[in-house]
Amino acid sequence: MADLRQELKEKIIEQLNLEEFTVADIADDDALFGDGLGLDSIDALELIVMMDKDYGIQLTDPKEGKEIFKSIAVLADYITDNRAK
Amino acid sequence: MDKTYHISSYCQIKNSSISLDGKLLFSSPIQEFQPFIKSAAQHLNTNYSKFYKMDNLSKLAFLAADILLKNAELDSNTEHNIAIVLSNKASSLDTDRTYQTSISDPDNFFPSPSVFVYTLPNICIGEISIKHQLHSENCFFIFDSFNADHLWINAQSLLRQQKAEKVLCGWVDFDDKNYEAFLYLVEENGIIAHNPNEIKRLFKTWQT
Repeated sequence: MADLRQELKEKIIEQLNLEEFTVADIADDDALFGDGLGLDSIDALELIVMMDKDYGIQLTDPKEGKEIFKSIAVLADYITDNRAK
Repeated sequence: MDKTYHISSYCQIKNSSISLDGKLLFSSPIQEFQPFIKSAAQHLNTNYSKFYKMDNLSKLAFLAADILLKNAELDSNTEHNIAIVLSNKASSLDTDRTYQTSISDPDNFFPSPSVFVYTLPNICIGEISIKHQLHSENCFFIFDSFNADHLWINAQSLLRQQKAEKVLCGWVDFDDKNYEAFLYLVEENGIIAHNPNEIKRLFKTWQT
């Protein structure tokens, strides 16, 4: 689980071009949106693509995405339970 | 009597160099655009995290505009009616190609939303407007080459009809490894007369 959390932090920093963050700056329970990393709606779409491309998870319900993308810890738990890749 | 307008300042970015009013502001030995523009933004204290998410064209336009608008020392507590009239040759072709690559393989079809949003050239105007809180007139023209006459007519029209207090004008082009930005601010105050000959002169000075 720790490895997956580390992997997700690295992917998010790289794919969302978070130049001002390092892996060490992101705590497992930090909010990804709002006051946390400050991600926006385009970032949310990019995360949905990443879930499909890298883990074979297709999200269709926007309400589901809101809960899943709450933090790295929540996201890692969801991927572990649902991944097809 | 009609008001006369002037070019109050101009900014140029090309060949890993940035100048403001003809004076070198930043230069780098880095030839590749992305590391160059990143180092320039950091050197010039751009301090805007969304800059790193922009496509190449927007980074180019945004940085040139940011330099000019910061130099103008605008009161941050007042809303400014600054129109934006930009132009180029390649439109958003650089990003269009990147996006096309991401959707060309049916077995690996993962179009990127963050790339797609930049597949229009006028998005760079939006990025400038968001940062500087501009709710103003704007347009983006595509020409075969730099068209000083057309930019002049548009800026004059906006100012004379009081659609804007100032107009941020210019050329911002990005295609493959070639890039160039020439942006200038037109308003009542200034030393350089706002006319097609002066616009062409400033542009040509930079070309040589």
